[in-house]
Amino acid sequence: MALKLECRNDALLVWVNGDFDLVSAAEFRQKVDTALEDQRPRHLIVNMSRMTFMDSSGLGVLLGRLKLIQNRKGRMFLTGVRPEVLKVLNLSGIIPLLQITKTEDEAMALLRKGAVK
Amino acid sequence: MNRDKLKMNSVMMTMQSKAVNVGLARSMVAALASQCDAVTVNALEELKVAVSEAVSNAIIHGYENQEDKQLILRADLLEDGILIAVEDEGVGIANIAQAMEPSYSQDPERMGLGFAFMQSFTDRLEVESAPGRGTTVRMFKYFCQGDQKNACQA
Repeated sequence: MALKLECRNDALLVWVNGDFDLVSAAEFRQKVDTALEDQRPRHLIVNMSRMTFMDSSGLGVLLGRLKLIQNRKGRMFLTGVRPEVLKVLNLSGIIPLLQITKTEDEAMALLRKGAVK
Repeated sequence: MNRDKLKMNSVMMTMQSKAVNVGLARSMVAALASQCDAVTVNALEELKVAVSEAVSNAIIHGYENQEDKQLILRADLLEDGILIAVEDEGVGIANIAQAMEPSYSQDPERMGLGFAFMQSFTDRLEVESAPGRGTTVRMFKYFCQGDQKNACQA
């Protein structure tokens, strides 16, 4: 898996490329937590359009970051979710707790308008 | 979980209990299942999640993240599906029914959904375990759903 991180306005954007499992979940947690701590963005946008696989290890790390974002009264977005990954998200029941959009631009636009749950 | 169906192929792998081997295990099982023409993309995706959960559980819970242990993955390709067994010689489970409940996990970073995913994404799941005596997880998955159950032509 490869990760790319970028802070834009008040949001941390993360691109996940490849499989999101026990190995990559640990790397995601370490890098994202460091960026959340150092740059203090309020919101988190995870681009999953190139995520080829996710299991409960990946899911657990997403949930952990959701709690951190909720603690700072921010919003978390998942963008470009593939059908096979969506199936895992659906089973977990975390979808109502976050926002799913097609692209990160759409997520940024919603944040600008303040039109998020 | 004995099945009378003809065995088309089988693979047994012994792996070190390292996190990097979770991906190796699911790739092997997906490659074996792909030898059967009847397997659907959907079934393959579900199978990969189930195998990933079983091997991750063995590493995280069975061996408590010790990387120098061994686990065995067996996969039998049958005419209409695939039989998987993941065996560890780790700490074992005292109360299997409780461990299989969603959100049982002690770790706040984990949702305790491993067994729930194995159950949802396969057609049969059996867990054999005792404290100090390791755990064996057996799963069976049909290649096709409902009345489309085709036989394997591999």
